[in-house]
Amino acid sequence: MLDTSSRFPTLPPAPGVGYKPQHFKEILDASRPVEWLEIHAENYMGDGGRPLAQLRHLADRFPISVHGVGLSIGGEERLDPDHLSRLTHLCNWLQPASFSEHLAWSTHDSHFLNDLLPLPYTSSTLQRVCDHIDEVQEALGRQMLLENPSSYLAFDESTYAETEFLSEIAHRTGCGLLLDVNNVFVSATNLGLDPRAYIDAFPIEKVGEIHLGGHDEDEDDHGAPLLIDSHGREVADPVWALLDHVLERSGPRPLLIEWDADIPEWPALAAEAARAAGALERVPA
Amino acid sequence: MSVDQRQFHDALWDNARDAPAGLRDGQGRPAGARFSVYRNNVAVGLTEALEVSFPAIVKLIGPENFKKVAGVFLRQHPPKSPLIMVYGTEFPVFLESFQPLNHIGYLPDVARLEQALRESYHAADATPIDPGNLANLSEEELTATRMTFAPSARLICSHWPVHAIWAYNLEDGAPKPANVAQDVFITRPDFDPQCHPLSKESGVFFASLLLGNSIGEAFEDAAETSSEFDLAAVLTLLLDTQAITAIHSEV
Repeated sequence: MLDTSSRFPTLPPAPGVGYKPQHFKEILDASRPVEWLEIHAENYMGDGGRPLAQLRHLADRFPISVHGVGLSIGGEERLDPDHLSRLTHLCNWLQPASFSEHLAWSTHDSHFLNDLLPLPYTSSTLQRVCDHIDEVQEALGRQMLLENPSSYLAFDESTYAETEFLSEIAHRTGCGLLLDVNNVFVSATNLGLDPRAYIDAFPIEKVGEIHLGGHDEDEDDHGAPLLIDSHGREVADPVWALLDHVLERSGPRPLLIEWDADIPEWPALAAEAARAAGALERVPA
Repeated sequence: MSVDQRQFHDALWDNARDAPAGLRDGQGRPAGARFSVYRNNVAVGLTEALEVSFPAIVKLIGPENFKKVAGVFLRQHPPKSPLIMVYGTEFPVFLESFQPLNHIGYLPDVARLEQALRESYHAADATPIDPGNLANLSEEELTATRMTFAPSARLICSHWPVHAIWAYNLEDGAPKPANVAQDVFITRPDFDPQCHPLSKESGVFFASLLLGNSIGEAFEDAAETSSEFDLAAVLTLLLDTQAITAIHSEV
């Protein structure tokens, strides 16, 4: 019999980390501050073996957030039905506390590009994204969260600000939003915008989860700073400062540290989670 | 000016093209090198996925050469699914026809072995048979028995010392490969796939069983290859490694 009840129906307003198999033992031994885990959905779509065994084990102890990176919600083509059914299968047996995906596209002409590619913010892309989110929420039978992207460039044709675009999607589909504070800082730096003004315009009441990750610094053709969302180091100080501004508006929320490249030993990741715990403690509930 | 996803996609794969017009920086200037961030993410991400899956090939040709080879491969064979953990199933066949590496004849077979290990790692869990089920059969029943292999079992047949080459490149203290052809049987008793190098006649026996032949038929195939075939040893290997999930005896 399939047990469809969930031990952890929601993510706690506390620090979590992106789960990496090399940290399996330390995570099981660790006490606070890590109170929940996020996995990349696509890494748990095999048929069996260690990844699924570890996940079953962790799901007994921790609320799990399933974070998809391959659904291509912003794609011009229809959603890949095979992939949507793999995702439905995963969410059905795991009963995660949350499912989230990205405002981005990654598949074209059946080719998966393995990156989160940008969208123009127009009424036609808005309609398409909403249709795809409706389809996902219907297939999964649950509300999803949609994450704001890191931008390196802008589209001439865009007619909406990103915050307006996300507000309208949340309004039309009933989805929640995942606010990646590092992405806000990266995009604002890259496009010459004010990150605090972005946060002030963000529909903060829709935020079900916050992401924090590290970025790299580069330059564009004109010598202007170009930040790259690399997830390969500690969260930068100005991003922590921006987080404080977010939390003042939002109150405590589930707060994830993402570290996906040059993955450190557990203590370095735990230290980032402890810093996140400190930021949450400064906010009145 | 609008940019559709076909234009974006085509420009991503071709470094010689300009970024599509209609993409801008924050001040309205053409995006230029900013577009290369996406090009770089795609190529680096897929190259890293291949490096994780084919570590012995990285060692054999060197990390710098591997990046170049991966760059050619990923343009010819972009992923067809978001399951990047299994990206590169065409890599062994690609290596066969990749002229600059044709002088290293064993590369495709080593890549096949690594591919099989990866498949075994992600294969479905299964319950092995009780070894007593086989031990209790009469000789006549045993001869007529066909076997169902665990989903994680794989057989690699090679004219090269493929296991020895693989091990020499990845395992500390592994001996230098001798010039003897090896077949390799892969099983996954718990979570870690294990390699069992086989003699030619044992490889023939396993291949025959995997085709659905009975133990008796597979024995004849193996005995034709060499009179030294040791049936008891290979049956012990199959049971010890939990590679068999069902037996079917029809006498």
